[in-house]
Amino acid sequence: MTKKGRILTIDPVTRLEGHAKITLHLDDDGQVADARFHVTEFRGFEKFCEGRPLWEMPGITGRICGICPVSHLLASAKAGDDILAVAIPPAADKLRRLMNLGQIIQSHALSFFHLSAPDLLLGMDSDPAKRNVFGLMAAEPKIARDGIRLRQFGQEVIEALGGKKIHPSWAVPGGVRAPLSEESRERLKARLPEALRIAEEALELFRKISGRFSEEADALGNFPSLFLGLVTRDGGWEHYDGVLRVMDAEGAIIADQVDPREYRTLIAEAVEPWSYLKFPYYRKHGYPDGAYRVGPLARLNLCERMPTPLAEEARREFRRTAGDKPVTSSFFYHYARLVEIIASVETAATLLDDPDLLSSHVRAEAGINRTSGVGVSEAPRGTLFHDYQVDEHGLILKVNLIIATGQNNLAMNRTVLQAARHYIRNRKIPEGFLNRIEAGVRAFDPCLSCSTHAFGQMPLQVVLFGPEGETLDERTRE
Amino acid sequence: MSPQKKHFRPRIATVWLAGCSGCHMSFLDLDEWLFDLAEIADVVFSPIADVKEYPENVDAVLVEGAVANEDNLELIRKVRARTKILVAFGDCAVTGNVTALRNPLGGPEVFLERAYVQEADTQPGIPRDHSVVPELLPRVLPLHQVVKVDAYLRGCPPSPAAIRDLLLSALGGEKEKE
Ligand code: SF4
Repeated sequence: MTKKGRILTIDPVTRLEGHAKITLHLDDDGQVADARFHVTEFRGFEKFCEGRPLWEMPGITGRICGICPVSHLLASAKAGDDILAVAIPPAADKLRRLMNLGQIIQSHALSFFHLSAPDLLLGMDSDPAKRNVFGLMAAEPKIARDGIRLRQFGQEVIEALGGKKIHPSWAVPGGVRAPLSEESRERLKARLPEALRIAEEALELFRKISGRFSEEADALGNFPSLFLGLVTRDGGWEHYDGVLRVMDAEGAIIADQVDPREYRTLIAEAVEPWSYLKFPYYRKHGYPDGAYRVGPLARLNLCERMPTPLAEEARREFRRTAGDKPVTSSFFYHYARLVEIIASVETAATLLDDPDLLSSHVRAEAGINRTSGVGVSEAPRGTLFHDYQVDEHGLILKVNLIIATGQNNLAMNRTVLQAARHYIRNRKIPEGFLNRIEAGVRAFDPCLSCSTHAFGQMPLQVVLFGPEGETLDERTRE
Repeated sequence: MSPQKKHFRPRIATVWLAGCSGCHMSFLDLDEWLFDLAEIADVVFSPIADVKEYPENVDAVLVEGAVANEDNLELIRKVRARTKILVAFGDCAVTGNVTALRNPLGGPEVFLERAYVQEADTQPGIPRDHSVVPELLPRVLPLHQVVKVDAYLRGCPPSPAAIRDLLLSALGGEKEKE
């Protein structure tokens, strides 16, 4: 990768485990020509699932990620539904949706309150030793407590259904193992008003402070790209099912009503020797021009309406920030995430009144009726695909997983490049660059656990090398 | 451990090796008890905090995940050298668990081949730039096969209550020694 010429290397972007690094490449004039975000973790799920029974897959693939195990659980169970060729009972569909909403709430709350609020509320240049959730607890105890309780509510939705907050083995091919109990339903309903209050206050807070970050909003991942995600058949916001839509940066819909089984017609994957995270791209536009973004920002750009009143009002205001075009700044992933928390709490409230949730008919029984199946869901971070091939006994022959965060890989790389070009002048690394470049990546809420492990505030060390490999500048944040 | 005067507040850390972060999420599921924890101890290093280098003189560390690559190996040795009580935190750390499912199938090559050659449309090839991406170990190892482990916390993930009890007894034990 080190071609002759000027190489400006940011190395490593260590997290604690050293799982992510950044390198920059300088052209002859000392300008940043390229930047790379390297993901350095690999666990090999696709291979070691081979030979295992289809029925085990939700439980195993949930272990890909402890932050969004429910996404894998559901996508895996849905790939199983497809292989059994069954329509699952309506109650099971609603119960799975409820669990996914719980997961969106807890995961988005974690991203906003535990991981990004320290930057947003304590400041990008605040003391790194305190710029974390414990620092937030000390400086802004009410907000920290609210965030903890909102995440807890989401986790309790998951636990009420699956018996466990993390890694419930509850969804199965054909449906789910158990309905919701009446006590659990009442307990969750009692917590709804607080959850909605916290979500609304967080959105208000973000709107109030986002003006302070106009430079970051511009410099950290503001560029045109495609957007991809699920929408309902009639173009509404969707998190569990639906059809795929792709939009360009001008807001034109370039693919629509695509059956998720046909995802391969939209998406292809590239590999680079310098990262364990693959690079999905929009097939028709080729690599790397087919860069697209998934997740909250994409979903709010793609959909024409939210299913609930407060969320719809918030979506309209969100879209107004960019006129009639899609919102292109990755910094506004935070904003989109907060709108989605409101949508999830409101939708959960509606679902919890549905008598079907207590029905005991929650699982369709069937054998292996097809030898391949695709399951899709919107994980908190974007569209997730599980694609399985099985033999006639239901033993796995082949697995392909397209993980949400991977699909943002090209965009995260561009964010790093844009940030580097903005903040690196004259081969110097200005103070505060480190945390800002992290914040740029953090806005995507990369669940590198799904493919690697970066989460939270990845500590950085940055070294600039000149053409001969000499150190030009070096900065480490302690 | 160190000649200087003993610090008054226990210093704890959490470390994330090859695991799914679920053990860390279970730690966060302690929810509002985290306020109580902050009263009695300092969290000096964690994936959810910004400190870059694993510090010296840590009283207790929860280590999630198995040892799967060169970077994990280097970090766990450093953690061991700088910490009094090292806790294998969750089944991946204790036994290898899901992370070690690759062991019976041979070395890492077959996995890398599947992921980066067979399942790639453009530029297939195993990422081998080991100046940036660490080499995988031939086998995934549980912590005790690499370093001395002082306590084991089972579960996938361990429950928040079990984490709290272990932290309290580890920190209590340290206090008594002062
Ligand atoms: S023990 Fe379970 S929860 Fe913990 S890292 Fe391993 S798979 Fe994840």
